[in-house]
Amino acid sequence: MVPLRPSRALTSRVLRRYYSGAPSPLAKLNLPIDYKSTSLLHHTPSSLSGVADFPAAATSKRLNLFQAVNSALRTALSTSDKVLLFGEDVAFGGVFRCSMDLQTEFGSDRVFNTPLTEQGIAGFAIGAAAEGMKPVAEIQFADYVFPAFDQIVNEAAKFRYREGGTGINVGGLVIRMPCGAVGHGALYHTQSPESLFAHIPGVRVVVPRSPSQAKGLLLSSIFEHNDPVIFMEPKILYRAAVEHVPNEYYTIPLSKAEVIKPGKDLTIISYGQPLYLCSAAISALEKSMPGVKVELIDLRTIYPWDRQTVLESVRKTGRAIVVHESMINYGVGAEVAATIQEGAFLRLEAPVKRVAGWSTHTGLAYEQFILPDVARIYDAMKETLEY
Amino acid sequence: MAASRRWGSSISQRPGSDRVHFPGAVNSKFTTDMSFLKSSDLPAIPTYRVIDSDGELVDKTRGPPDVSDEEILTWYKNMTTVSVMDVVMFEAQRQGRLSFYMVSAGEEGIAVGSAAALTPDDVVFAQYRETGVFQQRGFTLKDFMSQLFANCNDKGQGRNMPVHYGQNYPRIHTISSPLATQIPQAAGAAYALKIQDLQDPNREPRIVTCYFGEGAASEGDFHAALNIAATRSCPIVFLCRNNGFAISTPTLEQYRGDGIASRGIGYGIDTIRVDGNDVFAVYEATKEARKRALSDGGRPVLIEAMSYRVSHHSTSDDSFAYRARVEVEDWKRRDNPIIRLRKWLENKGLWSEEQEKETRDSIRKAVLKEFSEAEREKKPPLREAFTDVYEDITEEAREQMKELKRILEKYPNEYDLRPYKDGVNGLD
Repeated sequence: MVPLRPSRALTSRVLRRYYSGAPSPLAKLNLPIDYKSTSLLHHTPSSLSGVADFPAAATSKRLNLFQAVNSALRTALSTSDKVLLFGEDVAFGGVFRCSMDLQTEFGSDRVFNTPLTEQGIAGFAIGAAAEGMKPVAEIQFADYVFPAFDQIVNEAAKFRYREGGTGINVGGLVIRMPCGAVGHGALYHTQSPESLFAHIPGVRVVVPRSPSQAKGLLLSSIFEHNDPVIFMEPKILYRAAVEHVPNEYYTIPLSKAEVIKPGKDLTIISYGQPLYLCSAAISALEKSMPGVKVELIDLRTIYPWDRQTVLESVRKTGRAIVVHESMINYGVGAEVAATIQEGAFLRLEAPVKRVAGWSTHTGLAYEQFILPDVARIYDAMKETLEY
Repeated sequence: MAASRRWGSSISQRPGSDRVHFPGAVNSKFTTDMSFLKSSDLPAIPTYRVIDSDGELVDKTRGPPDVSDEEILTWYKNMTTVSVMDVVMFEAQRQGRLSFYMVSAGEEGIAVGSAAALTPDDVVFAQYRETGVFQQRGFTLKDFMSQLFANCNDKGQGRNMPVHYGQNYPRIHTISSPLATQIPQAAGAAYALKIQDLQDPNREPRIVTCYFGEGAASEGDFHAALNIAATRSCPIVFLCRNNGFAISTPTLEQYRGDGIASRGIGYGIDTIRVDGNDVFAVYEATKEARKRALSDGGRPVLIEAMSYRVSHHSTSDDSFAYRARVEVEDWKRRDNPIIRLRKWLENKGLWSEEQEKETRDSIRKAVLKEFSEAEREKKPPLREAFTDVYEDITEEAREQMKELKRILEKYPNEYDLRPYKDGVNGLD
């Protein structure tokens, strides 16, 4: 559905303004994320070599998130003839430029525009997957996936279970969608509906945090798992996050969390864009409380999720905070906190906290007050440590 | 009841009958000629027009449109206002002074001409490129600017993206970004009006008009809406603005067959295609459609108004990434609803170069005045982030407001509350 479908892609060359309140001139915590220096991104090729998921001796290129998704899609299309790529406005490159040049390279039989119908796109993709293709379907904004909810919840998720002994499944199906806030998306260009999908056994829900993660997780979704995957791309990172990404084919396993910063006193569990807020808050806290070391975990796959990595960490630190952008009510944080409470109760030194969007819609003028920020995460960490 | 009626009609396959009496097709003749219907073999639905691109009546045998000169001048000024405001706001967005904007270039005539055929009591559901409908229905420049700057005079409480206007009376429901969702709602609203008007015979009967683009007509909601409106005989005019593009997707990749109009016929709905650059054709077709919508206890009507989206989809789009600049320039030169009406007015001696300049100047001044006032105005108080989710703020949300206030007070340097009415106390 497209409403406005503002392609940030095409506007970000224009002067960036803040429509939901500018950062305070006195701010020390709530500063714009400095993607050029954050430790979450591979700013040099050398830092890639230490990561197990990446191919050894890989060549790499600096890419932003939309370029990394484009690289993954190009790799997928050239790896297997079974891969198809389609969705609204995909042919000219997509409103976020993720499919740039792919129709020219792979032809309009495999890369094409669909009519404007999310339920049609999802159903079409399910059918193609059921007959052996590997369709990568794009929903233009996560906010517009809801007409496809029936196809995803009742069909994609239940396909293998319903077919049973026939063995037919929709493995290879990936439904990609940009999600999350950009500062002026208001009600319908901001949402992150991962918890709605994570409630549904049968679909895997993935949210990458960076360009290099996105490429490996997307290729893994297409080739390494025979389950339908909902692949949610934090759209603010499309241009903002730039890092070295291996040129070769590589995969990052699904349903495996990653400890991206080790620590001993407190565990923060997050995924997607808020990881950058967490990282900034942790730096500030560790400066103000010398000796404190906070562990930061990226869930990467929201469901089925890596419970053991999280439990192991919390058994070690005794304290945990879950951070996500979408609403706190019945959100991912609730599931993670409940699991920690069940699995590490006797180790807990403080209640598990959640820092997440408030239980409202993201009104345009209020976005920065509704969504988690560095100050709120910083405050939650202090409260948890001083409990 | 319904089941027994169905049985009753399905058993009437009389021996020797020359036609089908199945319940699903009650008057279809048998044939031994196996022929498949082919859309491309049928003649294309014609496009109704009243004046040509020189502003002259096409059919000299008919009288001029039944509209007063005064009213036509109002239409012209309304269309021009939309056009002037679009230029100012598009540029303002480029300067970073508002986050987003969408212009109506080439479609001002569809919006103004159709809205002019409605009564103030009629209800409108729109998509997002119907600024002219708001203008024609009394939305003021201050209303537009307050919404665009999400300030404390905005009826949407600063919550919606720019161009998501809304008005209680004459009613135009607040624009929602998802496409086509308003179409079945409009059918239901029309049914509500029908029932209410039946229950109160003294009341002037009302209709709903529902606007959407040809891209939105690919959504399931469009098909659901036409079908349910037909089966429930709803007094509704569906108005499709077919401007040739859904962002980058041209109609050739959006649908096959004879446009959106052919869908209407398939659902058993009275349908007409009109020239969207001809404000008189749009007005006359909508007026007649309104009459039909209220006849025989109510029925839906579909109007497909043809135009060309000469603008980019929105300020977030650069359409030259998918279409040639020359194609757009060609369309701009060839035809335009405002220039066409201006020619009509000039032919009639109702308009001059001088009036044109004066009118444009005064509209521009008025737009800029409201612009700078709205831009300086405070944002609504922060509590509006939490109100209206439910009728009353929940206990949970109240606690969240308290927690937010605690954070804002504990870390005052981290937040700039100056733009918001009542600052931190706006949360009380």
